[in-house]
Amino acid sequence: MKRISWRLLLITAVLVTAAIYLLPTLRPGTWPHKRINLGLDLQGGMHLLFKVDRDKAVASAVDRTAEDLRAELRRQRVQHDLLEVREGRLIAVELRGQKPIETFQEILDKDFIGLRIVEDRTQDERRSLTLSLPDKEIAHIHQLAVAQALETIRNRIDQFGVSEPDIRRQGDDQILLQLPGVKDQQRAKELIGRTALLEFRLVDETHDLEAALRGEVPAGSEVLYEISRDPQTNRSLKTPHLLKKRAVLTGEYLTDARVQIDSQYNDPYVSIDFDAKGGQIFERVTGENVKKRMAIVLDGNVYSAPVIQERISGGKARITGNFTTEEARDLAIVLRSGALPAPLILEEERSVGPSLGAESIRSGMISMIVGGLLVVVFMPIYYRRAGLIADAALLVNILLIAGGLAAFQATLTMPGIAGIILTIGMAVDANVLIFERIREELTLGKPPRAAVDAGFDRATLTILDANVTTLIAALVLFQFGTGPVKGFAVTLSLGVVASLFTALVLSRAIFEQTLAGRKVEHLSI
Amino acid sequence: MQFIRPDINIDFIGKRRLAYVFSALLLLATVVTLVWHQGPRYGVDFAGGTVIQLKFDRPVSLDAIRAGLSEIGLGQGTVQRFGEHEDNEYLVRSDLAESRDGLAQELARTLDGRTGAVTDVQRIEMVGPQVGKDLQNKALFAIFFSMLFIAIYISGRFEQRWTVAALIAAALIGAVYGLSLFKVGIAWLILAGLIVTLILFWFLELRYAMGAIVALIHDVGITIGVFSLLDKEFTLPIIAALLTIIGYSLNDTIIIFDRIRENLRKNPRNPLETTVNRSVNETLSRTILTSGTTLVVVLALFTLGGGIIHDFAFALLIGILVGTYSSIYVASPILLLWQKRARRT
Repeated sequence: MKRISWRLLLITAVLVTAAIYLLPTLRPGTWPHKRINLGLDLQGGMHLLFKVDRDKAVASAVDRTAEDLRAELRRQRVQHDLLEVREGRLIAVELRGQKPIETFQEILDKDFIGLRIVEDRTQDERRSLTLSLPDKEIAHIHQLAVAQALETIRNRIDQFGVSEPDIRRQGDDQILLQLPGVKDQQRAKELIGRTALLEFRLVDETHDLEAALRGEVPAGSEVLYEISRDPQTNRSLKTPHLLKKRAVLTGEYLTDARVQIDSQYNDPYVSIDFDAKGGQIFERVTGENVKKRMAIVLDGNVYSAPVIQERISGGKARITGNFTTEEARDLAIVLRSGALPAPLILEEERSVGPSLGAESIRSGMISMIVGGLLVVVFMPIYYRRAGLIADAALLVNILLIAGGLAAFQATLTMPGIAGIILTIGMAVDANVLIFERIREELTLGKPPRAAVDAGFDRATLTILDANVTTLIAALVLFQFGTGPVKGFAVTLSLGVVASLFTALVLSRAIFEQTLAGRKVEHLSI
Repeated sequence: MQFIRPDINIDFIGKRRLAYVFSALLLLATVVTLVWHQGPRYGVDFAGGTVIQLKFDRPVSLDAIRAGLSEIGLGQGTVQRFGEHEDNEYLVRSDLAESRDGLAQELARTLDGRTGAVTDVQRIEMVGPQVGKDLQNKALFAIFFSMLFIAIYISGRFEQRWTVAALIAAALIGAVYGLSLFKVGIAWLILAGLIVTLILFWFLELRYAMGAIVALIHDVGITIGVFSLLDKEFTLPIIAALLTIIGYSLNDTIIIFDRIRENLRKNPRNPLETTVNRSVNETLSRTILTSGTTLVVVLALFTLGGGIIHDFAFALLIGILVGTYSSIYVASPILLLWQKRARRT
């Protein structure tokens, strides 16, 4: 008797816990505030896997170093035959004459002591050098690029407004995003993937643009295009600009970016604020280059290249272009959240519209109810009263899985619903094993009470063995699976555990309760 | 109510040679169809590419969809009706393995014009080639490792040889890892792993583990064969289904093994053949009942669960049927193999 009450207590505790955890799902807002999350396939949304192109981050670091070196050489008037970046990671330099070689060596030892010398040949007063970043530095850039990209993406998603996004690093260089419920999927994708490298560059006015377009691009400069759309003719216009490669100022110093409306033409533009240091640089550069042109470049596209009218102080600038308000808003978001340290490559995309998800839930539920009902009806026909016990166990089983999903904040996916349906079939199995065993014992002539005890005792080990193997398969699946498949593994594991509980504890308690204190002649099984 | 009389005694084991031939033929058919189709047909999850699910608000012609697709450069893709006829849903598969900006909008606009219906782009899945390869390897490893862990569990539980089993597993994991450094194809790696596992089980006389694993390979193999024969795609959910089949088929096998173990203890003198056959018969009622209820719910899923889950349920359906058969006719008779060998020597 004492054993039974202990068991009843446990059952009550488990059932009440499961019910409590299920409450918030049925009626939002109630304690304990843990709901069953619906997977992307059920509620619609996006699953995006980006690869951070880390080598590009290294390449731009190498580019910057090369530009710094070029500027230093020019400042100290060191003649050089060649200074170029090769394969995005090597800097090749060639010099002639004793004097330049000596000064160069000084510069190298003083300001560029961190560079690794890959190759160094001196022949007839001619020195050719290949430099690169040290491996440790490259590893650091790689590491930083992914971490920074992750942070930037988080920022952008926050500002875009997605409820419960899941953004995480995967592997060495990948970032996985799960964005449930996103409606404007195209916009979200563009917002995340945009590098948003903002640069202010001086226009190279000492060289000829026409010559550059023919292929004679002077060292330290490049041709970039301004693309504008004429709203009247709906044609896009490509205007080339010859710009210095070196940016005088970048978005790095930006503190804020906001959408504003031009009072004169009613066009939206983005106004940006620099921090103190950025403001100073901006003031100095504009002061030094009055009447020259400066281009605003975003991700390699020129937005505008106005003539500097006067020294600009106060650390403010504006980016114009013919934006729609939405475009301007997104531009402000990406500028505020900072540039991505390296381009992102979209490697995997799965987006599900909300209508499909609702449909999936509906058909999943229907098949669950139909399949479940068939089993529920069948059991009492075959096992009579004992069948009802199996039915009770089955219902409790579903309650436990649902409660478990909520408690662990697991995600219910379409394969997950399939997992629950499958568990219905398998939960019955444990009871079938027990009932068959009890029947066998009864055929051997045992009295009901002894038959039930023997039946449960014998079947317990079998049930355990059989379920542990399913659990192994489910756990492996959880380990290797992604997204929907993981959801399936979770429900399957929960189902196995729940069916162990209902068969071995619940069913037995009901059996013993009906047998307790009475002398039962006949067992309805 | 009873389907199976308690004193039933069907001679399953006596017909095992027939079963061997039958299974061998099925497996051979699997290999033939796989060779014929040049390997399994991988879905976008594994091969890389794009799947687009479209829904129209009224019936449209396939030609109109195709015309619209080729207009935006997706002409090489295949278009297929999906789900129920009155749903007007179609599935487009394309090799396009990179993200294209504004694809959904472009599709909807073009198809609206071509078909005269309102297009709803319900789902777009794009998997890059590298990710596809990763997922493929993950899936293969998942199947391999679940089989391995299960084999260890069985050797431990049924023959109290945990150490031997654990050593085999450690050696295998080490070997597979070592070989993977030489950039051998993962599929070959896993195949080699499985063969070595079977050889080890054979010589160490881990018969229960051997029986279970052979049955699992049999079930998974034949399910793959049926899929290949019907030219169905292998996707991530299908791998999940295969792993579930592994769990399910094992469930069945273990219950019979458990009975064999119990009967061996009760009557150690009886010939193994008789014991095995008796055990299969004693558990027959349960086997049929459980398979029956599981089949019923999976059938409900298959017929009512909707397009996305259709193939998944189909795999389970095949797996449950084959798994039930293999527990009786494949796993159990394998226990007798060693007996023969002992008698001969």
